[in-house]
Amino acid sequence: MGKADILKAVKKNKPEELPIPSLDFPTSNGQDLKSLYQERLAAGGGEVVSAKDKVEAEWIVKERMGDYQYVAGAFENLNTMDLSAIRDPHELELLDMAVFEGLLGVAENGAIWVNEESLVHRAAPFITQHLVLLIREDQLVDKMHEAYKRLRSQEYGHGVFIAGPSKTADIEQSLVIGAHGPKSLLVIMLPPA
Amino acid sequence: MSHPSEAQKFVKNENRVNWHDQSLWHVREKRDKAANLFPEWEELREKASQIKSHALSKLDYYLEEFEKNATANGIKVHWASDAIEHNEIVFNIFREHRVKRIVKSKSMLTEECHLNPFLEKHGVEVIDSDLGERIVQLAKETPSHIVLPAIHKKRMEIDELFQKHLHTQPSNGDANYLTAAAREHLRQKFMQADAALTGVNFAIAETGEFVVCTNEGNADMGVHLAPLHIASMGIEKMIPRYEDLGVFIRLLARSATGQHVTTYTSQFRKPREGTELHIILVDNGRTVQLGREKYRRSLHCIRCGACMNTCPVYRRSGGHSYQSVVPGPIGSILSPGIDMKKHASLPFASSLCGSCSDVCPVKIDIHKQLYTWRQDITRETNEEPAKQFSMKLMGWLFTHPNLYRKAGKFGRKALQMMPRWMVYNPLNTWGKQRELPEPPKQSFQEWYQQNRQKNG
Repeated sequence: MGKADILKAVKKNKPEELPIPSLDFPTSNGQDLKSLYQERLAAGGGEVVSAKDKVEAEWIVKERMGDYQYVAGAFENLNTMDLSAIRDPHELELLDMAVFEGLLGVAENGAIWVNEESLVHRAAPFITQHLVLLIREDQLVDKMHEAYKRLRSQEYGHGVFIAGPSKTADIEQSLVIGAHGPKSLLVIMLPPA
Repeated sequence: MSHPSEAQKFVKNENRVNWHDQSLWHVREKRDKAANLFPEWEELREKASQIKSHALSKLDYYLEEFEKNATANGIKVHWASDAIEHNEIVFNIFREHRVKRIVKSKSMLTEECHLNPFLEKHGVEVIDSDLGERIVQLAKETPSHIVLPAIHKKRMEIDELFQKHLHTQPSNGDANYLTAAAREHLRQKFMQADAALTGVNFAIAETGEFVVCTNEGNADMGVHLAPLHIASMGIEKMIPRYEDLGVFIRLLARSATGQHVTTYTSQFRKPREGTELHIILVDNGRTVQLGREKYRRSLHCIRCGACMNTCPVYRRSGGHSYQSVVPGPIGSILSPGIDMKKHASLPFASSLCGSCSDVCPVKIDIHKQLYTWRQDITRETNEEPAKQFSMKLMGWLFTHPNLYRKAGKFGRKALQMMPRWMVYNPLNTWGKQRELPEPPKQSFQEWYQQNRQKNG
């Protein structure tokens, strides 16, 4: 039973080998990726603001965090929780806001790629009440094809494209933001490095 | 069971039918907007279809390649021939880890294997964490749609359900309030779970990783907290190359709901430090379907639900009327493959309009396969005696042209003169739930002869 049976049945029942297509989708030339990104992320319920440098980005985060008690992530000065000191991810339940550096942004759908290395804890961007992601303009690609080309060489145990706050429309198709995870996603767009 | 008799229950409430129809059509329209936004949509569909055809033609190779690479990544790979084996594998892992409480994210495969009742029988608390799935779980129902599990439920029904089970206040069906209540309730469950179960949207042979797509983030909330993650996948979910993901991720959410992408596209390559990651590769009839040349392409399905949203029959009869885990047009191809007798009526629950094939992101020729099933089923099973008798009679009549002409003439007259109760009698299956068209005064042949003579 199991493996041997399944493989035997596949071998017996599969058709003759068919060709695999090549995937050569053209990349965009001179398209305004930043404004397309902004439009598509907004469609997914996220928000984009621009900052001229990391200092300004930090100010923006500080303003947004208001009197949140537990903040963690990219800006050490603002952190009230040290992610690297936490062993059990259940402790992240307290997180009000988490800030991470995105590794890649996709203009056509507003998604930002983050992986375990940048998140410290896989659970962090999901369990936090509010999420902030930083992305540099030159980390934007036009389409998913380009994104996967770039990710090819990346090593990760877990990685995720995030394209908005957690949401659902399971009650009569009315869109509600904040299902299980973050109730908001703010993306701060930084100029090229 | 038969689709017409099950659908009868749903169509009794005309308001609900109209509301259901419009809700799904709205989703279908969003799909069109998303698909029409860029020129290479059709090219994407074609590539997706070719990748799937190729993957199926070397499925044994890719399954083994996946196992090798996933194992090297630290993932434990299991194989299950059928639902029973699948459930036993899950339960054995649970027993070893002393698992009492689990959170599940939506997986049609575990529905197919009837995993929930099996685990509950063995004393494991199972919480479906997708909001729609949780709603139907509380209502002790099954999902009526593969992407929108509670699409058949009105907000007031959900309000009452939550009052009873989650002790909410009456809110007149306030979606924000109800979702917030579910959020609190499910967060507790996520915090307490000993293990998390997910489905798999795509598994990549080349890298030994798999992808799970959700909007709520429920799969991730579960697996990143619990010390044990079990993922279950049908073997047809295998794709060869990492770059193939670009094609499928672009198609999936746009076809399903008209979003450009799901909020979370989560990719699992290695277990989290200090935890275990298992994946179960499940056959459960898929290799049999692979051997049926006429229906093989149904294994391309990526479970987006677009064919349901566009189907005029599905929208008006409700997902439960199909009495199968996967309802709608694609379910009507898959289910008879598993149990033809039980699901014999499903391929007939279609207008054969072809809209399902038009929207399918992996180019399954759904309406053609439905038509083919009709022929296979009619050959191998007995149709309703009334229909069967009428069909035999007509078959005989068609081979006797003179009699046919006379019968036509008689029929046209008779239908005009007969009282209602005689026309809409129990033997006339075609008169159920619909008005027959008014009979024409003359046949086409009579009209043709008349006019040809006139016009020379």
